[in-house]
Amino acid sequence: MARDPMLDIRSLRVTYGTGRMQVDAVKDVSFQVEPGSVYGLVGESGSGKSTVLRAICGLAPVSAGRIMVDGREVPSPRSKAFYRTVQMVFQDPYASLHPRHTVDRTLSEPLAIHGERDAEARILQALREVGLGPSFRFRYPHQLSGGQRQRIAIARALILRPKVLLLDEPTSALDASVQAEILNLLDDLRRNLGLTYILVSHDLAVVAHLCDRLLVMRHGEAVEETSSETLRANRVESDYTRSLVEASQGFTRRTPQAGAPLAS
Amino acid sequence: MTAPLLDVEDLRVRFHLRTGTVEAVRGVTFKLGRERLGIVGESGSGKSQTGRAILGLTPPPGEVEARRLAFDGIDLLTASRRTLRALRGGRISMVMQDPKYSLNPVMPIGEQIIEAYQAHKKAGKGEARDRALAMLEAVKMRDPGRVFALYPHEVSGGMGQRAMIAMMLVTEPDLLIADEPTSALDVTVSMEILRILDELVSERGMGLIFISHDLKLVSSFCDRVLVMYAGRVVEEIEARNLRDARHPYTQGLMRCLPTLKDDVRPLPTLNRDPAWAL
Repeated sequence: MARDPMLDIRSLRVTYGTGRMQVDAVKDVSFQVEPGSVYGLVGESGSGKSTVLRAICGLAPVSAGRIMVDGREVPSPRSKAFYRTVQMVFQDPYASLHPRHTVDRTLSEPLAIHGERDAEARILQALREVGLGPSFRFRYPHQLSGGQRQRIAIARALILRPKVLLLDEPTSALDASVQAEILNLLDDLRRNLGLTYILVSHDLAVVAHLCDRLLVMRHGEAVEETSSETLRANRVESDYTRSLVEASQGFTRRTPQAGAPLAS
Repeated sequence: MTAPLLDVEDLRVRFHLRTGTVEAVRGVTFKLGRERLGIVGESGSGKSQTGRAILGLTPPPGEVEARRLAFDGIDLLTASRRTLRALRGGRISMVMQDPKYSLNPVMPIGEQIIEAYQAHKKAGKGEARDRALAMLEAVKMRDPGRVFALYPHEVSGGMGQRAMIAMMLVTEPDLLIADEPTSALDVTVSMEILRILDELVSERGMGLIFISHDLKLVSSFCDRVLVMYAGRVVEEIEARNLRDARHPYTQGLMRCLPTLKDDVRPLPTLNRDPAWAL
């Protein structure tokens, strides 16, 4: 790797509970993300992919390992400076926006916390960046569609000009046509603002579309690190990744029919 | 063609709300034989309300109207409540999206399947129990005897969905309506569930209505697909010909999905023509 990584995760471990109830949600996961690139975390539910994101931004306990952002180890609890660098977009735009706050209030809160000036201009700019006009400024979330809400969530994450955006299934609550719009928006924003993304998704096609490199996870462990090209060419190494690729192509009818006839 | 299993003509579902009347389903017409029919559409297209209306499960204050809504010659619109009750869960059953919300949380899985069976068939406890166990086995449940005694919260999503399918199929229905049966599940698990449904359809000669937002999945699983938009069927097409769809909405829906095969960037987005909703 030529440049210093923007994100460097070394032997990350996240453990919940103690004694007999102890669960290792993430076990010894390491990866590096170059500045300006998109890194994907793929896996099924319970694979620990979202937990990795939550651990990075301080929402899950780090039991062991090291998280370096922009060459510096992150402090615990995370500092204000950290949140200027790293922001997160959550899966469900219906749950992640305060239902009784207008768009204006949602967007001005991070500015107020960080003591930023020119709130009005920044809010209007943020709305422009995500493709919404100034007319959206005083609306409530219930007056917005799912795609518009996710745009607001992205605007909220971007308003502090972070370098890294953590995206936790940003399109899985959205319809296919809206998903395409959000994916295009994320693509454009990254290019224009020089952002680094970590994208968590269960959808291999979405990850392959947006990411350069990706990590396949299962039961809290890293299964395989690969690239989108390898995935497209179906030259993946592990059987598990292959089964994910196969499943993402849709249903395949086995002929002659596999499986024993039903006992009825 | 022999008499269809299900005959729907000009089905309409209306909700009178304070803010005005919303017509969720606006004149849907189709016939179903012993085949796999997919209904696809985005949220709000009326696909789920179509499935519910067939079973008479439209939530109040919804209002169902149709020129014809017949199952195997029985008019579902004029049928008595008693007839409908016997049909629902007996000859027509429905698999819902999320087993977490659709199974009874305070009753072991086995008991729930027995209850479903005894509600429709005259059978003793012993026979019902044998049937329930056989059905759990038929949906490829590992260790059916153990699962039998478990409560829904003690099993995973995939197992819960299998239990629900077992419950819906234990009465050997002629028609199964599956409303997003795999959307809450992981891809590899959902493939297993689909395989089970597929075998049951081909072996029992059941009719299946598969409601989903996932065009890719439906095109690979079903024989025929109805594409719904704003409460109407905008296109009916053989699943394998979906790539040659003629309606711009279907085409747009197919194109806007990222694929593993090719890297299109930016993704084509859908320009909704107001004329589609007319």
